[in-house]
Amino acid sequence: MSKTLTAGLDRLPGVDQVGLEARAAQLSTRSIKTTSKQWAIDLAISMVDLTTLEGADSPGKVRALATKALRPDPTDSSCPSAAAVCVYPDMVPFVREVVGDRLHVAAVATAFPSGRAPLEVKLADTAAAVAAGADEIDMVIDRGAFLSGDLAKVHDQIVAVKEAAGSAHLKVILETGELQTYDNIRRASWLAMDAGADFIKTSTGKIQPAATLPTTLLMLEAVRDYRIATGRQVGVKPAGGIRTSKDAIKYLVVVNEVAGEDWLDPNWFRFGASSLLNDLLMQRQKMLTGRYSGPDYVTLD
Amino acid sequence: MSERVDVRKTYKLFIGGAFPRSESGRTYEVASSRGKFLANASKASRKDARDAVGAARKAFGGWSKRTPYNRGQILYRVAEVLEGRRDQLVAEVRAAEGVTERRATAIVDAAVDTWVWYAGWADKLSQVAGNANQVNGPFFNLTSPEPTGVVAIAAPQQSSLLGLVEVLAPVLLSGNTAVVVSSYERPLPAITLSEILSTSDVPGGVVNILTGDIAEVGPWLASHLDVNALDLTGVDDADVARDLEAEASVNLKRVLRPGTPTAQALTRITPFLEYKTVWHPIGV
Amino acid sequence: MPKFEYAPAPESRSIVDLAASYGLFIDGEFTDGGGTAFKTVNPATEEVLAEVAEGNEADVDRAVRAARRAYDRVWGPMPGRERAKYLFRIARILAERSREFAVLETLDNGKPIKESRDVDVPLVSQWFFYNAGWADKLDHAGLGPNPRSLGVAAQVIPWNFPLLMLAWKVAPALAAGNTVVLKPAETTPLTALLFADVCRQAELPPGVVNIVTGAGETGRLLVSHPDVNKVAFTGSTPVGREIARTVAGSDKRLTLELGGKAANIVFEDAPMDQAVEGIVRGIFFNQGHVCCAGSRLLVQESVAEEVLDRLKARMSTLRLGDPLDKNTDVGAINSAEQLGRIRDLAATGDDEGAARWSAPCELPERGYWYAPTIFTGVTQAHRIAREEIFGPVLSVLTFRTPAEAIEKANNTPYGLSAGVWTEKGSRILSMANQLRAGVVWANTFNQFDPASPFGGYKESGYGREGGRHGLASYLEASS
Repeated sequence: MSKTLTAGLDRLPGVDQVGLEARAAQLSTRSIKTTSKQWAIDLAISMVDLTTLEGADSPGKVRALATKALRPDPTDSSCPSAAAVCVYPDMVPFVREVVGDRLHVAAVATAFPSGRAPLEVKLADTAAAVAAGADEIDMVIDRGAFLSGDLAKVHDQIVAVKEAAGSAHLKVILETGELQTYDNIRRASWLAMDAGADFIKTSTGKIQPAATLPTTLLMLEAVRDYRIATGRQVGVKPAGGIRTSKDAIKYLVVVNEVAGEDWLDPNWFRFGASSLLNDLLMQRQKMLTGRYSGPDYVTLD
Repeated sequence: MSERVDVRKTYKLFIGGAFPRSESGRTYEVASSRGKFLANASKASRKDARDAVGAARKAFGGWSKRTPYNRGQILYRVAEVLEGRRDQLVAEVRAAEGVTERRATAIVDAAVDTWVWYAGWADKLSQVAGNANQVNGPFFNLTSPEPTGVVAIAAPQQSSLLGLVEVLAPVLLSGNTAVVVSSYERPLPAITLSEILSTSDVPGGVVNILTGDIAEVGPWLASHLDVNALDLTGVDDADVARDLEAEASVNLKRVLRPGTPTAQALTRITPFLEYKTVWHPIGV
Repeated sequence: MPKFEYAPAPESRSIVDLAASYGLFIDGEFTDGGGTAFKTVNPATEEVLAEVAEGNEADVDRAVRAARRAYDRVWGPMPGRERAKYLFRIARILAERSREFAVLETLDNGKPIKESRDVDVPLVSQWFFYNAGWADKLDHAGLGPNPRSLGVAAQVIPWNFPLLMLAWKVAPALAAGNTVVLKPAETTPLTALLFADVCRQAELPPGVVNIVTGAGETGRLLVSHPDVNKVAFTGSTPVGREIARTVAGSDKRLTLELGGKAANIVFEDAPMDQAVEGIVRGIFFNQGHVCCAGSRLLVQESVAEEVLDRLKARMSTLRLGDPLDKNTDVGAINSAEQLGRIRDLAATGDDEGAARWSAPCELPERGYWYAPTIFTGVTQAHRIAREEIFGPVLSVLTFRTPAEAIEKANNTPYGLSAGVWTEKGSRILSMANQLRAGVVWANTFNQFDPASPFGGYKESGYGREGGRHGLASYLEASS
């Protein structure tokens, strides 16, 4: 299958960097109506995969984060929950303990973030995460294989992880910062979708640049075109580097204008973030009270 | 014993590399500056002008697509042949312009040198007239000169050879093709030049030479929609020049107004150039 | 109801201080005009913005004399390094007052504030800045040492980019040492008049820049004035032709920037999403009121359907409406007259059997509007494939081979611009070589820069604006 796969990916149209970046810059000048902004902020909150991926993560830390994801603003019950909590596989039970089945629990598996481990290890990592209660798996692709042209290997690993993940949703992290060119990012997006990805995700957050607006725009074009070609809808998750409400709204504008309204839903678009949530909360408070909020008025977890 | 009777020649037009008679069948007598009969020349008509434009257009694609180096070589070859026909040209210039042999020789030498000077421009033009432009954004941006197309030329009336070379060579080197109306009263050096061109490597149709009256043929060239530029250098009558320029506006021809040609100047080349600017994004 | 609504986010008008009436700017002063004053309206609302003086023969003569005086006594003799400083000043003031200019331009012209703010006005300042630097370096402009200025330049500009066209004309003319009399378009005189205020603010010597407002007749008087040395015109090909006739037999130098019917050529291997953006930018930028607009889409047959699907989807996201709204992509048609022309020409597309598709958008009740429209099934024989519509109307043709694309692209009396979209480098260069057009945008479209020469082949005019070549249009070699 690898030859036809490569041929298919080679037929994808190229991406002109300057044109793509100009389009992203243009869309980022859109300005949003106040009522729409309130709606957009709540939507953005509900799209956050609240994330901690540190060596120092502990049960206490992730329990606190899970609590925050459930009730981001303890003073306001109208504030929506985040979409999911995203942690390493060994932290999954502590999250599940807090959120029950009220939130999704995402685990980064497959030797995150580098992906440099034997396939058996990656599959075991995945199976362990699912067994521990993760219903979403954020896997990384083998960028080394991709860049050296072994697309079949990348493809087959995704297929294998998808199988190991069972009914859990599979998000495939392309690590766009390492793929370097937009042509590669488009090709990797299609490859991941062909292999069964439920989501395509920009980055691990461990590599710079992480998510950017043009990269996300490009991946949104890919999921839009993929649905036209196959009928199957795939989600997009930019992760890393999105810190402000203003940024989040720019992303939502791009979702709206490039992929369309169908993707303006936590089932189809997520933000992989940590500090973004607090900025969204402060902006939300500002819009409700008319006063600027401060970090003392949102919880730091 | 009678003296040998010379073989007189009826000169023809030079169109598309061939030497047709005027379709009108008209000829006129060409006399020397002292009034001595020299030859019969064809008197070009409206239809001859039309045919010449057609030939020039047909030749434009090929001539303009040759590499500048190749055009330069071909034009230089013309200078070589001119040099070889030096004696004949000196005699013709003497007869036409009534100058001394020494003066005529100087004129022919200058004509050959001018031709060589312009031939050498062909592969340097874009370096001097073009530009790499640094724009405020991630774009490659380059401006290059290109030939404008078919150029109709009124050659100088007095300077029968040098004047002709001074208007013709700068038009050709960039890749234009030409329809030249030669000096009316002094057409013979122009006719000899056409014979030289036909035996050199210049493709047929690149240069077309009409002998005749610019006031009669000019309006047809000025109004012709397939002519891109008009060089009025040789139009002595200001009213005729004005009317031709006005008529040239029909398809926005580039017009060079009457005047004495400057020998060997870039400013004779540039009026018949277009500048094309190409943009391309710079990205990976 | 869409899930996500954008704001009406109107730019505030309060920054613009509109007078009830405006005079002519001659010799550093605003003066009355001898003609019949006319009204300029906001094409988005039909609201009258101001009354503007009409220059008659005596006014034009007064302006030319003022320019001559300033040329002889002040501007001509002034060292280039000093002229440069005035132009730098103007560039800076324009940048400082950019919001004011952007809002006024949008009010008077109908173009989206997004474009006047992000394209027109920044380029205007840039144009003066670029040319300012030339003023003391004219020896390097390609005309040999000590090139000479020409004298008094008569400049007539169109309504599609009112202030930008002013900058294209005035900046190089002044840098080269000429003085100018400029006539803005009848429907868009206001930013030129505000520019007069900038000249005063910069303390530019009186008479160096004169602005005479009016309609076609005022323009005719200006270009035919006997004491004018240089005529520069941007506008329609018929008027350009008339001007070329007018100056025939004189010593006036002439540059003309006229109409176009550019081919935007999309090959099957194009970067497709960017190509679709380029098609949109090519024809819907500034409501298609662009002489170099990519008004003929030539798309390779093998991808025609895909490109059209993508184009229609993209066009459906275009936001048409209040030009002052920062979210507006497509503004108002500049005048009722122009709207009529667009409608008439588009109707011939229907009559001649082309298929019309318009973006689904609601047109405001007041003002002059035309929905972004494409015609498919167009052939070279259709009027909409040959004539300049100067509106948001795209004619779509197909081709099979590069040779056919070139043949169709060049099969027009115009030759201003062209676009090529392909990922194959050698094909780009081959197409660029063969296209008979003054500007070729490869994998991009409608880019402008003061360093980049712009101008046409064939009936799109002659001479270049921008870059060294544009500057040279205002100079002659010392003999």
